[in-house]
Amino acid sequence: MVAADLLVAQNVAFGIISLMMIVGALRVVTVNNVVHAALWLVVVLSGAAAQYLLLSAEFVAITQILVYVGAVMVLFLFGTMLTRARIGAESDLNNKNWALGIPVALLMLGVMSYVIIDGFGDERLIENPGDMEPIPVQVISDDIFGPYLLPFWALSFVLLVAVIGAIVLARKD
Amino acid sequence: MNALLAADLPYWAQTLLRILGGLVAVLLPAGTIVYLFLFKMMSFMQSRLGPMEAGPYGSMQLFAEVGKWLQKEDITPARADRIVFKIAPLVVLASTFLLVAVVPFGPDAWFTNFEAGVFYLLAVSSVSVLGILMAGWSSANKYSLLGGLRAAGQLIAYELPMVLAVIGVIIQAGTMNLQGIVVAQNGGEIFGWNGLGNPYILTQFTGFIIFMIAVQAELTQTPFDMPIAESELVSGYMTEYSGFRFLTFFIAEFATAGVFSLIASVLFLGGWGVPFAWFDWNSIDDVSDWMNIVGPLIMFTKMMALAFIIMWVRFSFPRFREDQLQRFAWKVLIPVSLVNIMITAILKVAF
Repeated sequence: MVAADLLVAQNVAFGIISLMMIVGALRVVTVNNVVHAALWLVVVLSGAAAQYLLLSAEFVAITQILVYVGAVMVLFLFGTMLTRARIGAESDLNNKNWALGIPVALLMLGVMSYVIIDGFGDERLIENPGDMEPIPVQVISDDIFGPYLLPFWALSFVLLVAVIGAIVLARKD
Repeated sequence: MNALLAADLPYWAQTLLRILGGLVAVLLPAGTIVYLFLFKMMSFMQSRLGPMEAGPYGSMQLFAEVGKWLQKEDITPARADRIVFKIAPLVVLASTFLLVAVVPFGPDAWFTNFEAGVFYLLAVSSVSVLGILMAGWSSANKYSLLGGLRAAGQLIAYELPMVLAVIGVIIQAGTMNLQGIVVAQNGGEIFGWNGLGNPYILTQFTGFIIFMIAVQAELTQTPFDMPIAESELVSGYMTEYSGFRFLTFFIAEFATAGVFSLIASVLFLGGWGVPFAWFDWNSIDDVSDWMNIVGPLIMFTKMMALAFIIMWVRFSFPRFREDQLQRFAWKVLIPVSLVNIMITAILKVAF
């Protein structure tokens, strides 16, 4: 895996962060407290953001922090703390069908590896990793809002429908 | 100046300097705000003298306070979740340090020059919510949990108007880079007159007001201090903290006030710059090196002015009720900022 011409510091950082993410991911499913599991998930998601940063993908990294750490995890914690967040170990956290998750996870791993290897193969995106420059946000926005403007509108419309639906469901009268 | 700062130093030395610079940029404003505004200005507004014993005019009071907090016992409640309880204040403080990392203090005096700086600021400022939720939950105390939940609800609600207020600035500057926003303001002109540059407080006044209100709420300063309401929640998520850990929360609160004032001064007051027309500069490359010394001082002055406003409001207004607070965010601030974005976009295209 470690090519000699790659930057050493980046490889070391990649290894450390990956290790953190793997430990975090394992703890998410083994720890026996809901809030602890959520906090370990924060470690995993921030680790992913750090990996994006290593790849000079600033915008994706920041989006990862904003959406997952700043919004999704806060909502998770908010929800569990409002309803059932006891301090200390809980016994009945495991789902009966937890074993089913293993084949699903393996299948996902297989599909994603196939897609990535099929898509890129041996191709190097950048010849010399030392020259990697972050992509300006203007370029990203031109690439998204140019050709994909209509799908973007459709998506925002779906989200709007979801928001209105949530309001209708939450209304008492 | 540039050669002295960047080229001759090895990487570790640069990193060390950056860490030192970050500490100064976070702790110096925090200390100044606490002494000048929290101790002295509040006392004068209440017709009393404030701390007078430690040093001349009580100017050493800060060190006395820090010494006091460091001496106190570090108590963890018996039924608390020890690890989460101890990490929580550090998460809140870390969010402050991450915020200051992208603030430019001069043409070359910055920690990092992120392309998507504004976006980064908004993302990182939401990390402190996590710390507050952790603190509230792990204290094993009803009031703390209520305070933490209130804080989360409030911070989520007021992050939206903050993001929307900043979008007006981004549209006008045409960049998300904070350095670019500074240059766009100081190199800009208002209807052909460039004597003042174009500080966005003039052209984005609505955005500025909304941003400052949202900052007040993000900092949980009165009138938005529902989460730490001491008369009903006995200080909310901070109730169980003592000694050094309380000090960490305290420093984080006022350091974040300072950092948000710095950010507001970059976004709306022109940051470190002086109007480029004064010295016939055309772009950031023309800016003289002495701005690296003067720039931070200008920033500090603007920060103090904005922090003064934050504290002034804090000491002047009574607390909102929880429902009023949410209604104000969703029914007033967000619609107004959406209209502001629309008008800004139309004017941007028109001119």
